[in-house]
Amino acid sequence: MNTAPRYMAGRMSGRISGRFSGSWLSRPASDTQVTHRGRLWLYALAALIMIFLVVPTLIVIPMSFSGSQYLEFPPRDWSMRWYDNYLQTSEWMTATWVSIKAAVLTVLVVTPLATMAAYGLYVSQLKAARYVFILLITPMMVPVILIAIGVFFAYTRLRLNNTMLGLVLAHSALALPLCLIVISAGLKSYDMNQERVARSLGASRLRAFMVITLPQIRFSVITGALLAFIVSFDEVIVALFITGSGMSTITRSMFLALRDQIDPTIAAISTILILITTAALVAAQIFGRTAQKKS
Amino acid sequence: MQRIDALPIHIRAVTKTYGAVYALDGVDLEVRSGEFLTLLGPSGSGKTTLLMVLAGFTRPDAGSLKFGDAEVIRMPPHRREVGMVFQNYALFPHLDVAANIGFPLKLRGIDKNDIHARVESALATVQLQGFGDRRIHQLSGGQKQRVALARAIIFEPRILLMDEPLSALDKKLREHMQIELRRLHEQLGMTTVYVTHDQREALTMSDRIAVINHGRLIQLDDPRAIYDHPADPFVANFIGESVLLPVEIIDGKPCYRGRPLQVAAGHARDDKTTPGALLMLRPERLVFMDDARADAAAYNRFDGVVGHAVYQGENFVTYITLDDGHEVAVRSVSRKQSLAAAPPPGSTVTLGLHRDETALIPGHTAAAGNNNNDAETNRGHKP
Amino acid sequence: MTAAAMDINAAALRRDERREKLALFSLCAPASLLVLVIIVAPVGWLFWLSLFNDAGVMSLDNYTRMFESKSYTRIFITTFQVSFLTTALCVLLGYPLAYFLAQLPRRWAALGMLAVLLPFWTSLLVRTYAWLVVLQRKGLVNQWGMELGLWEAPLRLAHNLNGTLIGMAHIMLPFLVLPLYGAMKAIDFDYMKAAANLGANPVSAFRHVFLPLSLPGLFAGIIIVFVLCLGFFVTPAVLGGGKVIMVSMKIETLVDLFFNFGTASALGVVLLGLTLLVLFAAHKLLQLDRVLGGGHGGNP
Repeated sequence: MNTAPRYMAGRMSGRISGRFSGSWLSRPASDTQVTHRGRLWLYALAALIMIFLVVPTLIVIPMSFSGSQYLEFPPRDWSMRWYDNYLQTSEWMTATWVSIKAAVLTVLVVTPLATMAAYGLYVSQLKAARYVFILLITPMMVPVILIAIGVFFAYTRLRLNNTMLGLVLAHSALALPLCLIVISAGLKSYDMNQERVARSLGASRLRAFMVITLPQIRFSVITGALLAFIVSFDEVIVALFITGSGMSTITRSMFLALRDQIDPTIAAISTILILITTAALVAAQIFGRTAQKKS
Repeated sequence: MQRIDALPIHIRAVTKTYGAVYALDGVDLEVRSGEFLTLLGPSGSGKTTLLMVLAGFTRPDAGSLKFGDAEVIRMPPHRREVGMVFQNYALFPHLDVAANIGFPLKLRGIDKNDIHARVESALATVQLQGFGDRRIHQLSGGQKQRVALARAIIFEPRILLMDEPLSALDKKLREHMQIELRRLHEQLGMTTVYVTHDQREALTMSDRIAVINHGRLIQLDDPRAIYDHPADPFVANFIGESVLLPVEIIDGKPCYRGRPLQVAAGHARDDKTTPGALLMLRPERLVFMDDARADAAAYNRFDGVVGHAVYQGENFVTYITLDDGHEVAVRSVSRKQSLAAAPPPGSTVTLGLHRDETALIPGHTAAAGNNNNDAETNRGHKP
Repeated sequence: MTAAAMDINAAALRRDERREKLALFSLCAPASLLVLVIIVAPVGWLFWLSLFNDAGVMSLDNYTRMFESKSYTRIFITTFQVSFLTTALCVLLGYPLAYFLAQLPRRWAALGMLAVLLPFWTSLLVRTYAWLVVLQRKGLVNQWGMELGLWEAPLRLAHNLNGTLIGMAHIMLPFLVLPLYGAMKAIDFDYMKAAANLGANPVSAFRHVFLPLSLPGLFAGIIIVFVLCLGFFVTPAVLGGGKVIMVSMKIETLVDLFFNFGTASALGVVLLGLTLLVLFAAHKLLQLDRVLGGGHGGNP
């Protein structure tokens, strides 16, 4: 553990000093005359914190390939047995499908709802819009546990417990605030004159929105949809109450398993989730960069 | 592109309030078929609100709006068949130039080949041949302006609305585009309503100018009449540079400090009901009196003391303090002999204003006030 | 102008205006309905339930019990303790990191931000699990620590307050760093330059110029972290090993094991009240902070 930060800091300073020909350490690091040497403590500290942020999560990846019952690092023998176990356990597979289905359906429900609401709030210019906005972001302010037992209690009467419909509705409500905020921000930075001009050129309001406005706020809408997916996929507490056997989400099953014992299968699932997240993040970076270049 | 059949616009009693503020206060305005009419006023005067009412984006509280014989006040924007150019162009960045210009035609379900031909023709009209497949962000400000214009005229609207379309361009390009817009208007002939706060632009381009302030139409006239015979002190100060002197009406004749003023027949605008009037002194209309002038008798005279002088390149301006304390400016062309003849600071001079250029503005003496401050702010745009 | 002329079309236009606003506003209706049915009505129902005691009589028993019973008081104390300590840890770790990232050149900063964003986007459960693996009795930290001879017997890192705090600080850190980084990026470094030119040494330039300007971002981060901590459930449930009982966990037990909605609802209502109180106080404090900041800036 001791060598890692030094390695990181060394590698970074090494690369930079290559560019700045040796005397880099003695140069001012900022406009306040502090040299890089005087700031090495900061660099070391920042590197340590970044390690704290990244490494514990990533260390699960090699451990998931361990061949033994116990999680070790580095693993003494490598195998895919925990992946096999995951793929061949029908409970895990069902839970995975439930999670994916719920997340996709949540995206399909919440994205149009949030887009409509964001547009309505933005253009109607009513005083009441402020209060409606506050109403729409309440799911973010109320503690999730309270929502969970409330939904559970209500669903018991509505017979929605342990149904896909119930799960999707609950997740949609939870995902709405983030989705709404992101799309509203996109609308705010959009030039409404474009929609006006489209209307003066003969497009109805709906057509102008679909053909002109929507393509230009698409990054906000996609981001909102992505967030909705993550909110749903990652959600544990509400699912814990309102779903049960056969309708359990993957995160719920993982949570229940974690409470009992440390099942290495979870390391395998975690690895898959981490890889998906990383891929999505990298894709978003590339996507965003090319989008920036284009516009 | 072909010449377009124009439509007249009849605006009647259009009122729009925001809370207690009147953005438009019972505006009546007739825009003639095929004319280039400019709505001119300071920011917040209501000129843009009026344009938005014409386009259908602002719904007034009351009033009537007719394009030709058709009442359109309740018609949504997309049915009004009005071309519109916005200040910031509002081009669609996700479409290329041709798609931007062809957008109105596509909405009308016109055949692809037809659209292509008409886009080419529209591009030629705004002198952008070959720009069809450019992206919007590759265009300069002036080119964007032309694309916005081409998009607004391609569906041959009989009315064209423009909201300060040139304000984002630099001075040279702006002046160039003014001439081009005017040429285009002459070529196509659609009724055009143009909004600007730049009085020089208004004077350069318009058939008629409607001066608007505080949501009211103050004066509607052709540029020369607006400049030479402003209807009130506001117009006199907003357009061009002027100093207003209080004038008494004695026995039906205008007098300045007890001396009667010569006013050309038909140029006096004072009506008998107002107890006073204002005399408008514009810097370029004043001359240093020289008794050797053949027509010296045709000039009204004002005595004063020379203050400082400012050299401006093509002009030089001499500031004179009149006997009653008003400071007026005299603008002379920078020719060698006039520079040499300029009176030295501190000397007393007599200024002359030809009776044919003597304009009286109805209004109270109190309204005249000290107009120098307003004149200062307008100096940047003066003709 | 006559009064009649002033009112041409007025009634019809007013009707059109109302109709259009209503049409636009109705776009919010589906989303509002969702929130009302799924969130507001059930939570309101719970609030109603919390007003009835075990015998089904309307009373404040569920609330008075909270103040009388020591176990409930302890739960609230634990909740605040954990939230406070987690927030403090996040400030200690987050401020230097954000400060470091904010001064990096753009390309390097983007790379550094990945270290913040990757855990931010990774499933909370995955991260909690990872910490369990790292911190447990036979986990990596103990394994390496003992191999290196740093300590003899395995340290108790998981299944207690230590584990909870480490795990929660890790999960909350991005929530503090992101707004703080944004605030720091917005600081014009010319101020620092000016301070240096005026002869301020680096430490005092930081203290008098940079620190006050970064405070709003830090404050926003602190509020987000603290409020999220108050309602936390998953991480303390897994890493606390039953030794750290927070309000959310108590609510879960009450409903899951005892089906006691009345008491659980009362706890939830109090938790909601505390959350809103913190948000409200932050709102007030932030304005106060702005006033103080203005006074300070006027007298450098």
